Amino acid sequence: MDMSQYLEIFIEESKEHLQNMNQSLLELENDNNELGLLNDIFRVAHTLKGMSGTMGYSRLASLTHEMENVLQSLRSNELKINGGIIDILFECLDTLEGYISEIEKTGDEGSNDSQGLIVKLNGIMASDVDLKDQVILSNEVLPSLHEEAINIEIEDFSKNAIEKASLEGHNCFKLKIVLSPNCMLKSARAFIIFNTLERDCEIIKSNPSVEDIEDENFDLSFDLILISKLSLEDIKKEIDSISEIDEVHIQPVTINGPAFRMESVQQEESTGNQEEQERPGDEKRSSKSKKPTVGKTVRVDIDRLDNLMNLVSELIIIKTRLEDIDDSGKKNNMNEAIEYLERITTSLHDAVMKVRMVPIERVFNRFPRMVRDLSKELGKDIELFMSGEETEVDRTVIDEIGDPLIHCIRNSIDHGIEDPETRRTLGKREFGTVKLVAYPDGNSVVIEVEDDGQGINIEKVKSKAVQNGLLKKEEAEILDDKEAVNLLFHPGFSTADKISDISGRGVGLDVVKTKIESLGGVVEVQTAKSKGSKFVIRLPLTLAIIQALLVNVGSEKYAIPLSSIKEIVTIKASTIRKVQNQEVVLYRNTTLPILRMNQILQVVDSNQGKEDLTVVVVRKGEKTAGFIVDNLIGQQEIVIKSLGKFLSGIKVIAGATILGNGQVALIVDTNSLL
Amino acid sequence: MENKMVATENQYVLFKLDNEFYGIDILQVETIERVMDITRVPHALHYVQGVINLRGEVVPVVNLRKRFSLPEMPFDDESRIIIVSVEEIVVGIIVDSSSEVLQLNSDEIEDAANITNNTGNEFIKGIGKHEDRIIILLDLKKVLDIKDANDDVE
Repeated sequence: MDMSQYLEIFIEESKEHLQNMNQSLLELENDNNELGLLNDIFRVAHTLKGMSGTMGYSRLASLTHEMENVLQSLRSNELKINGGIIDILFECLDTLEGYISEIEKTGDEGSNDSQGLIVKLNGIMASDVDLKDQVILSNEVLPSLHEEAINIEIEDFSKNAIEKASLEGHNCFKLKIVLSPNCMLKSARAFIIFNTLERDCEIIKSNPSVEDIEDENFDLSFDLILISKLSLEDIKKEIDSISEIDEVHIQPVTINGPAFRMESVQQEESTGNQEEQERPGDEKRSSKSKKPTVGKTVRVDIDRLDNLMNLVSELIIIKTRLEDIDDSGKKNNMNEAIEYLERITTSLHDAVMKVRMVPIERVFNRFPRMVRDLSKELGKDIELFMSGEETEVDRTVIDEIGDPLIHCIRNSIDHGIEDPETRRTLGKREFGTVKLVAYPDGNSVVIEVEDDGQGINIEKVKSKAVQNGLLKKEEAEILDDKEAVNLLFHPGFSTADKISDISGRGVGLDVVKTKIESLGGVVEVQTAKSKGSKFVIRLPLTLAIIQALLVNVGSEKYAIPLSSIKEIVTIKASTIRKVQNQEVVLYRNTTLPILRMNQILQVVDSNQGKEDLTVVVVRKGEKTAGFIVDNLIGQQEIVIKSLGKFLSGIKVIAGATILGNGQVALIVDTNSLL
Repeated sequence: MENKMVATENQYVLFKLDNEFYGIDILQVETIERVMDITRVPHALHYVQGVINLRGEVVPVVNLRKRFSLPEMPFDDESRIIIVSVEEIVVGIIVDSSSEVLQLNSDEIEDAANITNNTGNEFIKGIGKHEDRIIILLDLKKVLDIKDANDDVE
């Protein structure tokens, strides 16, 4: 059966489940005794197991299965929750997330091995032994078999035997045989079983020992480890042929060592193959890399869809109404109808936008975990406060905003917040706080990342900039604080003395800035020494529809995104000065670089030689520039259309839009011009 | 798609450009439009006339006269924009006129290798002979300089 059609749903749902699990685990860590949370996690693991089993992802299924086992014992109070177990569960969660993202990319769960984790999980189950000294034994349980653990320890010598056997192509199994309660001669029965098995198998261990069994010194069940050429089914058949046996459980046993070894051998083989057939493989690889078949999906509240449906039906009504207006109809009717139409299209636009909106919660959700891990790693006590998770943002923004936010938070935690002793000596609370706040603000969404750490050391930033050759010493001295802080966004800039795993490589903040700007947003930093710093990210609500200023350049019309326009002014041509081949004008006591739109856009018939010039002042971060245009047409809401692949690579044009009269107007990418 | 020539017959959309007939594989043609308002795109290649609004989609348009270095002519009532789709890229090409679809048998098509003409034969996929007309069959991928989709993957 072709499962690919369910793949999207599978991925979407798994992600959601994992997110829930993440949250429950975090809560569980704080409140060890909450049975409800355990139940939640268990349910998620169970659902995931079922889902991945159906989709044929066996690695996912087996890992979740083992998780389920541990969770089951936790639920039934056989095991006590402790930090170690939660850490391992988190590890499992990460691995599962890894599998899912691999599936999303390639459609396959990949070859990442979770044996190590499964061993650890099994280790918890046999928890009387310390985790680290746990035997590296793992049993991959076939889903069809019972979950009942077969308790039999494998010592080193038998492990060697198993290892050897598996190298020779023999199978190794664990058996649990339960005799029927009305069995008269248990030892004799056991003897028959042993005899039968020994025809084709080698029994390497039994629990209780063979002596005990012979002396009838056992209850109804005993466990065996045996090596055989037979398959699991064959052994089961053999045993089934013996009477007075109530139950048989068989599990294959693999020892980690050789399993790993074999895998690596296989990998080597496969890479070898790849090299051999590199030529034909090339094509294959490119077809493979094209594979990501998974589209982007949005879960939509059914109410919103209903609303959309209503609006569309209204649209149809107005269409018929317009059709009915014939030539004899009064102009009044027409105007009325058009007004009505306008109202509907506006609501329709709103409704469609809302469909694309996703609460920012989806991004925020992963941060508690990240902060927890980081604070453990760095030995800093950190509390994370989040608010405004319900703020809605366009789906495309959601996908892109995660990484920049991670950078900001890492920065705050690593550079911002001091270690507990320092905080104590400074008289601050030992717990550092990171605040993550989101709120809508007009046509944009603001996300703030605030910490109460040491703030940005401006002197250090300056000296570092001089050291890196970004600035001359004299320049650094006259730089004001705001400008200095902006140096942080320079590529390759870092004030950290030590490069840590978390940050300090200097690749962080410039990436943040570029990303946000590519989304049409802006980043700002506010900082106060030893009080903390705050990153303010401002993003447009949606990317598809923007407010723009339409201008004339010559006889052509262009759109400039309103979000980047600071103001519009008129200047006299005579006030323009040339400084190093760059036209500037003194404006409000600052020099404003002047760019002529007709030159940038290669317009011929423009008359920018006149005395009064209309200048659109555009800003990008702290930079501003004035663009001379011929005429202003007005503000308009425009729908951004891509110019497509054929015209990609034209820098000054960000896209196109279709005007009311059907004409295409191009959108000027002012960001690229500054 | 260009290997369709081995099939016994193929349909071609014919168009005229500077007194010569050209043909494009009909499978690459989406629609044929009258010349409409074209918005110039600055900094685009010289032969890109601009973009048009094709029923709500923005589609780039190539002026084939400029592409083939033929003398430029103002558009008239006969001028057409043939919307083609090559490697999933939709582009319009402006031609002098276009009115017919022609079936060509493979024995009516000659290899372009030994023929040179003023358009430079790298754009030519073959020469069709039908009755006493000569039809230049174009390789659109080369005309529009569209790279293989696979090239972008690496």
